[in-house]
Amino acid sequence: MKRENLLIGILLIVFYAAVFFATETGLIPPYYQVNLYLMGINIIAAVSLNLIVGFTGQLALGHAGFMAVGAYISVILTMKLGQPFLLAVLAGAAAAFLVGILIGLPTLRLKGDYLAIATLGFGEIIRRLLDNIDYVGGAAGINGIPKLTNWTWLYIFTLLTIFIIKNFVNSTHGRACISVRDNEIAAETMGINTTYYKVLAFSIGAFFVGIAGALYAHYFFLIQPATFSFMKSFDALVMVVFGGLGSITGSVIAAVAVTFMNAALINFGTLRMVIYALLLVIIMVFRPQGLMGTKELTFKRLFGGKERGGSANVNDKTSD
Amino acid sequence: METLIAQLLNGLSLGSIYALIALGYTMVYGIIQLINFAHGEILMIGAYAGFFAITKLELGFFPALIVAMVVSVVLGIIVERVAYKPLRNSTRLSALITAIGVSLFLQNGGLQVFGTDYVTFPRAVDKVTYKFLGGNATITSHQILILIITVIMMFILQYIVHKTKTGKAMRAVSYDKDAALLMGVNVDSVITVTFAIGSAFAAVAGVLLGMYYQTIHPLMGSMPGLKAFIAAVLGGIGIIPGAMAGGFLLGIIETLVSGYLSSAYRDVVVFGLLIVILVVKPTGLLGKDTHEKV
Amino acid sequence: MKNNKWLVVLIMMLVAALAATGCGGKDGDSETIKVGVNYELSGDVAAYGTTAKDAILLAFDEINEAGGVLGKKIEAVVLDNKSDATEALSVATKLVTQEKVVAHLGPATTGATLNTIPVITEYKVPLITNSATHPDITVDPQTNKTREFVFRTCFIDPPQAIVGAEFAVKELGVKKVAVYYDNTNDYSKGLYKVFKEHVTALGGEVVAEEGYVESDLEFRPTLTKFKQSGAELIYIPGYYEKVAKIVSQARELGIDVPFLGADGWDSPDLVEVAGPEALNNTYFTNHYSPQDPSEKVQNFVNAYKERYGSIPASFSATAYDAAYLLADAIKRAGSTDTEAITKALAETKDFDGITGRFSFDEQHNPVKEISIIEMVDGEQTLKTKIAPK
Repeated sequence: MKRENLLIGILLIVFYAAVFFATETGLIPPYYQVNLYLMGINIIAAVSLNLIVGFTGQLALGHAGFMAVGAYISVILTMKLGQPFLLAVLAGAAAAFLVGILIGLPTLRLKGDYLAIATLGFGEIIRRLLDNIDYVGGAAGINGIPKLTNWTWLYIFTLLTIFIIKNFVNSTHGRACISVRDNEIAAETMGINTTYYKVLAFSIGAFFVGIAGALYAHYFFLIQPATFSFMKSFDALVMVVFGGLGSITGSVIAAVAVTFMNAALINFGTLRMVIYALLLVIIMVFRPQGLMGTKELTFKRLFGGKERGGSANVNDKTSD
Repeated sequence: METLIAQLLNGLSLGSIYALIALGYTMVYGIIQLINFAHGEILMIGAYAGFFAITKLELGFFPALIVAMVVSVVLGIIVERVAYKPLRNSTRLSALITAIGVSLFLQNGGLQVFGTDYVTFPRAVDKVTYKFLGGNATITSHQILILIITVIMMFILQYIVHKTKTGKAMRAVSYDKDAALLMGVNVDSVITVTFAIGSAFAAVAGVLLGMYYQTIHPLMGSMPGLKAFIAAVLGGIGIIPGAMAGGFLLGIIETLVSGYLSSAYRDVVVFGLLIVILVVKPTGLLGKDTHEKV
Repeated sequence: MKNNKWLVVLIMMLVAALAATGCGGKDGDSETIKVGVNYELSGDVAAYGTTAKDAILLAFDEINEAGGVLGKKIEAVVLDNKSDATEALSVATKLVTQEKVVAHLGPATTGATLNTIPVITEYKVPLITNSATHPDITVDPQTNKTREFVFRTCFIDPPQAIVGAEFAVKELGVKKVAVYYDNTNDYSKGLYKVFKEHVTALGGEVVAEEGYVESDLEFRPTLTKFKQSGAELIYIPGYYEKVAKIVSQARELGIDVPFLGADGWDSPDLVEVAGPEALNNTYFTNHYSPQDPSEKVQNFVNAYKERYGSIPASFSATAYDAAYLLADAIKRAGSTDTEAITKALAETKDFDGITGRFSFDEQHNPVKEISIIEMVDGEQTLKTKIAPK
C-alpha cells in the first residue's frame, strides 16, 4: 500500500508539472486549455455531487444553486471588497456550506423524487433572486472578473476535493452516510442520526461545489444567473451517474469524458445537442449503473495480476 | 374588488392550462413512478402535429386534435419502448436522466426539424371576448373552452383509471408490479397503455396551449411542463383530482403574486411555496400519508 | 454486461474521431479568408443567432460571387455556442486559435459577446457583433477605455430609449407611462432604466413598472394591474414573441392605450401572433424598415426572402451589414492581417449599409439615425427618423 501511495504521489506531481510546462510553453493550444479548466471544475462538481447522490443516496437537483453561491460570494470579495483570491474562494465555499445547511435541514426530510423537485425549486429560487439583486448586476450578471484561477489553484483544489471526499467516505461519518443510502430505517434503528448525516453530506457537497463556482467565475470572466441554470445541475448529475453512483474515480473519469465529449461535439454545429442527448440515452440504456458501478479504479485493478489481459475493473458483479 | 375578481379569473384560466398538462404527468407518475420529463416535449410534438394538420391538411379544430393525439401517442409509445423500458429495473436516477435525455433530444431535434423561429398557431376556434363588471373583468371563449376541456378530461381519466378493466390493471401495476405480473396482468402492455393515454393528454394540452397563446416553438413544453409537474406535486402526485386542484391553486397563486406583489418575485414565491408544502405535507394537498414499508 | 462498458467507450472514441476528422479537412487552404461565425444556433435565443447567421452567409455568398475580397473567397467557419456564455468563449477560442480566423462575427447576445472579448483581445482578432446592444460591449466599464478589437453594427441601448422617451412625451404627448420589461434580459433592463430616467427628465411619470420572465406566457395579471394605474402609454422593451402576446392580451383586457417598444419588436411574427388590429396604435424604435424604398434595402430584402422564405428582421439587416463591413475593411486594409483589419474597421467612415450610412465614433459604436416605426393595420410604416443627441 505504501509503495502504491508513493507512486500515486509521484505521478500526480509529474502530471502537474507536465501540464504546467505545456501550458506555459504553449504546447497545449488555448482551446484545449479552456477545456482543461472545465474538466477540473466539472470534476469538483461531479465528485461533490457524488457524495450527496452516490454515497448518501439523496437525489439533489440543485447543485448549480450552490455553485452560484460560491461564484457570486467569491467575486464580491475579490472585485468589490478587494480581498485575496484564496480567501474569496474559501468564503464562497463557506457561504455555500451555510446555505447547504439552511436548505438541507428542511428539505432532506423528503425522499426520492420529492427531494429532487424541492432541490430543483431551490436552485430556481437562487437564480431568480440573483436576477433581482442589482448589487450583483441582476440578469446581466457581473463581467470583467479578474482571471485569478490558474492551473496551480485548479489542480490543488481539484486534488483536495477528491482527497477530502475520499477520506470522508472512508471515515466513520462516511460509513454512516452509506448506511443511510442503503437502508435509512435500518440505519436509524442502529442509532445513526440520519438527518445529521444527510445534512452533513449535503452541505459538504455544497462546500466543494462552491469552490468549483469560485474557480469558474475567476476563469470565465463573466457570471450571470443564467449560467447556473438547471442544465448545470443536470450536467453534474449526468457525470455522477455516468461514472457510477458511489465511485469517486468513476466521477472523475466521467467528468473528463463528458467535458471531452462536449468539446468534440463542437464541430457538429447545431446538431451537437441532439447528438449529446442521444448519446446520453444510449449510454443510460446500455449501462445504467455507470462506467464503474460502485467500484473504484485503483492501481491494483489496473495492473494487479489476476484479471485477464490487465484490463481495468473487470470484476463488476454489480452490473447484472 | 373588481380587480380581485378579474385577477381570480386570470388565475383560473392559467390554472386550467397547468391542470390540463398536470393530468397526464400525474397519471404516468402514479402508475410507474417516473418523472416523465419528456412530457412537455410530447406536448410540443402534439402542438406541431396539430399545427400541420390545420395548416397543411386544412382540417378543422377537432379533427386536428385527433391527428395530434395519434402522433403523440405513437411518439409516446416509441419513447417508452426504446428509452424507458430497458431501464425499468435500474435505479430511479438512471431513469430520470434518461427522461431528461429524451426531453433534450426532442427539444433540440425539434429545433433542427421545425427551425428556431416561433411559429404562429392558427386561430382554429373563433375568439370572442366577454366583458362584465363594467368592462373590468373579461373572459374569452378560448379560456372557457380550455376550462371545459380540462374538466372533461379529468372525468375521462378518472373513469379510465377507476372504472375500466385497464384502469384496474394500471392500479395493480402501480401498487406492486411483481404481484400484478403474478396475477396475470401484462405489465408491459399496461405501461404502454399508460404512456399512450398520457401522451394523448399531452397532445390535447399542446394544441390548446398553441391556440391559446398563439405561438408554438420547440422549447415551448419545458417551462409549462415543469410548472405542471409542480402543480401535480402540490395536489399530491399520482392523484387525478389532485392534479386539477394543484393546477388551479398554482395558477391563482401565480396571478395573485404578479398582480399584488411583483411578477419578478413570482417564481421565487411559487418554488418557495412548493418547498414549504412538501416539507409540511410531503404527499401534497390531497395525498394520503403512507407509512414506509421496512 | 461487461461489453456494454466498451460499447460506451467505443461510442465516445467514435465521436472524437469524427470530430477530429471534421476539423482536419479544412486545414491548409490559403486560397480563402477564414471568418469565424460564432452564433446562438441552438438553445434559448437560437432564433436571433440563426437569422444573423443566415444573413451573414447570404452576404458572403454575394461577395464571393462578385469575386471575393483581395482575390480570395471568404470562408465562413460557423460554430454553435448553444446560447451559453461559457460555450461562446470556448467557440471563440477554437475559432481564433485553431481555425485561425482573421475576424470574428457574433455572438448575438450581450452576455455571450462579453465572454468572448478576453480571447479575441488576447489574440488581437477583430470582433463585430450585430445585435449586442449593451454599452459595456465596446467600452470596458472599469477603465472607461474603448475595447480595441470590438465593434458593432447596431446602435446601443441608451440612444434608443432616449429617442423612445422623447417620442412618447413630445410627439405623443403622454405624461403617465407604465414599463413592462424582461427581468431576465440585460438588453431589456438597460432600455427600461434609460427610458425611465428620460421620461422623468422630460416631465413625465412612470406610474407602474414590472418585469416578466423569459418563459412567461401569461401577462394578464400584470396588465390588469397596469390598467388600474392610469398609464397613458405602456413601454415594452422586449422581444417580439413576448410583445405580441402582451399586446394581444392587453387589448383583450380592454387596454387601448398606445404601446411603445424597441428593435426587439421587429419580426413578421409580431403581426401574425398579435393580429393587425391589436397592433394599431403601437410604435417601436428600429435600425431599418424593410419598407424602406431604397434600392439597396429592397435588393437585400428580396434576396433574403428568396433564399430563406421570410422578410429579414432588423437583426438580419445588422448582421448583413456586419459581413459587408468586414469585407470592406479587409479591402481597405489590403491584407488579412488581423491588426490591419482592426485598424481599417476603426477608421470606417460613411459606410453605406442596409441600416443606414454610418461611421464609428471613438467608442466603436455606429452613429446613425433611429427609425420610429408605427404599426398600421399590420404594416410597418415609417413614422419618423430621429438622430440621437
